Amino acid sequence: MFQQIIFYWFALAAIFAGAMVITVRNPVHAALFLVLAFFSSAGLWLMLEAEFLAIALVLVYVGAVMVLFLFVVMMLDINIAVLREGFARYLPIAAVVALMMFGAIGYVVGPRYFGLDAAPSPAPAAASYSNTEAIGKVLYTDYVLPFEAAAVILLVAIVAAIALTHRGTRQSKAPRPERQVQVRRADRVRLIKMDAERGG
Amino acid sequence: MTDFHLIVPEATLLGLACLVLLVDAFRSPRSTAATFWTAILAGLVVLGQIAAFVPEAPGIGFHGSFRLDVMGAVLKAFCVVLTLFSFFYTREYCEKRKVAMSEFYPLALFATLGMMLLISANSLLTVYLGLELLSLSLYALVAMNRDSAASSEAAMKYFVLGALASGMLLYGISMVYGVTGTIDLPELLTRATAAGDKRILVIFGLVFMVVGISFKLGVVPFHMWVPDVYQGAATPVTLFIGTAPKLAAFAMAVRVLVFGLSGLAAEWQQMLIVLCVLSMGVGNIVAIAQTNFKRMLAYSTIAHMGFLLLGILSANGKGYAASMFYSTVYSLMSMGAFGSIILLANERSESDQLSDLAGLAKRSPWFAFMVLVLVFSLAGVPPFAGFWAKWFVLKEVIAAGYVWLAGLAVFFSLIGGYYYLRVVKLMYFDQPEGRPAITASPDLKLVLSVNSLAVLALGLAPGILMSVCLSAMSYQP
Repeated sequence: MFQQIIFYWFALAAIFAGAMVITVRNPVHAALFLVLAFFSSAGLWLMLEAEFLAIALVLVYVGAVMVLFLFVVMMLDINIAVLREGFARYLPIAAVVALMMFGAIGYVVGPRYFGLDAAPSPAPAAASYSNTEAIGKVLYTDYVLPFEAAAVILLVAIVAAIALTHRGTRQSKAPRPERQVQVRRADRVRLIKMDAERGG
Repeated sequence: MTDFHLIVPEATLLGLACLVLLVDAFRSPRSTAATFWTAILAGLVVLGQIAAFVPEAPGIGFHGSFRLDVMGAVLKAFCVVLTLFSFFYTREYCEKRKVAMSEFYPLALFATLGMMLLISANSLLTVYLGLELLSLSLYALVAMNRDSAASSEAAMKYFVLGALASGMLLYGISMVYGVTGTIDLPELLTRATAAGDKRILVIFGLVFMVVGISFKLGVVPFHMWVPDVYQGAATPVTLFIGTAPKLAAFAMAVRVLVFGLSGLAAEWQQMLIVLCVLSMGVGNIVAIAQTNFKRMLAYSTIAHMGFLLLGILSANGKGYAASMFYSTVYSLMSMGAFGSIILLANERSESDQLSDLAGLAKRSPWFAFMVLVLVFSLAGVPPFAGFWAKWFVLKEVIAAGYVWLAGLAVFFSLIGGYYYLRVVKLMYFDQPEGRPAITASPDLKLVLSVNSLAVLALGLAPGILMSVCLSAMSYQP
C-alpha cells in the first residue's frame, strides 16, 4: 500500500512536470520542471530496484546536463511570443488528433493487457542483490558492442559541436618584441608627394 | 573476444575515422588534400576488409547484437563505395565554391559506421544505436553550411523531427519488449508469432516502429523534412544523404520487419500499402510544381521510396531482393543527379535551379548525354537501370496478388515521367542564353561519367546485380 502511494506520487509528479515543461512561458522554469521530471523518474527507478540507474540519472542529468542546459537557456534571448504564434490556430485540430490517439493508446495499454493479472510484477530480489554489480557484469561483456556504439555517438556529438561552432584560430593581438626591434624606417614611414591644392 | 572477427571492418573504420579526424586537425590550413586522401584510403581499406570477410554462413556475435551475413556484407560494400564516390564530389564542390568543409570527411565516415551497424543489426538495441549514430552525423552535416539561413533551418527541422521519430521508434520498441521480453530479433520472431491474445500489443508497437522506419526512408506522411533538407543542405551533403543512408534505411526495414516481425507480415503489409500509395502520389505530383532541381529530386526521392516499399510489402525473398536492387540502383542514379548539380555549380552560385540546366547540350554535349541517361533511368525508361528496378519490383507485387497496386504504381510513374522529361527538354531544346561554360576538374568528369555509365551498364545487364541481390536475400526467416 505504502509503495503504491509512493509510486503514484512519483508518477503524477513526472506527468505534471512533463506537461509543465512544454507549457510554461519562461524557458528557465521549463528547464527546472525538466529537473523535477528527472527526479521523479529517478524515484520510480529506485522503486524498481534499479538504484544505480536512478543515482546515475540524478548525477548525470540533473547534476551535469541540466546545469549546462540552464546556463544556455539563460544566455539565449528567446522570444516566447513568436514561439506561441499559431498555437490557438492549430489547437482544435491538434486536440482532436491527440484525443483520438490518447483513446486508442488507452484502449491498448489499459489494464486489460497491462493490468496486474496480465503482467504480474516480478518477485523482489534478495536483500543481498546489487543492481550496480549486475549492470557492471553485463555492460562490458554481453553488451560491449552497444556500449562502444554509444561511445562513438558521444564522440560524433563532440566533433559535430566543434565543427559547427569553431570559426578558425583567432589571430593573437599580443605584440612580438623580437620583430618590433627589427623594424626599419622604410617599413613604417612612407613619403607621398602631393600636388598643392589649388585655391578656390 | 571470440566474436571480434565479425566486426573487423567496423572496428577498422572507427580507427581510421579517428585518424582522419586527427589528420584534419593537424593539416595545413590551406589545403584539405591530406584529409581527403586519408578518408579515401580509409574507405578503400574498409572495402577490402568487407570483401575479405564475406561469411559462408551467417555469424551472430556479441550476445546476439550483431549479425554478419551476405546481405549485410553486400549492402555495406555498396554503402562504402557510395561514400567514396561522394568524397570526390565533395572535393570538387569545395574547390568550385571556395569553401573548406573538411569536417565532411570524418563525419561522413562516422555516418558510414552507423550505417554498417544498422545493416548488421541483430537486436533492436543495435538498430537504435546505429540509427542514432547515422542520424547525428547527418544532422551535423546538414548544419555545416553555417552562413546559410536555409541550411540552419533545414538542420533544425531535420533534428527536431528526427528526434521525434527516434522517440516513436523507442516507444514502439518498448511496447514490443514489454510483451515479448526480448530485443533480440531472431528471438522476437518466435515470441511475436506466439504472442497469442497479446498480439494486439505487438501490433501497437509495430505501428510506432514503422513510423520510425518511414521517417528514415522519407515516405509520406513522414516526408516533411525531405524537401527542406535536400534544398537547404550544401549539394554534396544532399548527395550523401540521398544515397548511402537510403540503403541503410532499407536494411533497417528488412532487419526489423522481416528478420524480427515477419510473423506480423499481414499487419505491416497493410501499413506499407498506405505509405506506398501516398508516397508515390504526393511525390510524383508535387515534384511537377518545383523549380529548384534539388527540391524536385527530393520529391522524386519520396516517390522512389514509395516504390521501394512495394517490393518489401510483397513479403517474400524475391520481393526483398527486388527492393534491394531498387535501392542500389536508386542510390546510383540520385548520386549522379546531384553530381550533375555540382558539375554546374560555380563560384558565384550553387546552380540548383532547373533553369541552370538550360541548353546543357550546347555547353557540353557529353555531360548532357550523361544527365540524359540518369534522368531517363530515374523516370524508368527502358533500357536503363531504373526501368529494370521498377520491372523487378512490379513483377513481385503482381506475383503477391496486388495487381491494382502495380497498376497504380505504373500510373504514378507515368505522371512522374513528365517532370523528368522536362529536364531533358531544358537541356536539349532550350538555349543556354549566356550561361557560363561547364568547368570541372578531370576527377569530377571521370567520376560523373563512371557513375552514369554504371547506370547504363546496369540497364544493359541487370542480371548480375539481381543475382547478387537474390543470393543476399536467400535467407528466409
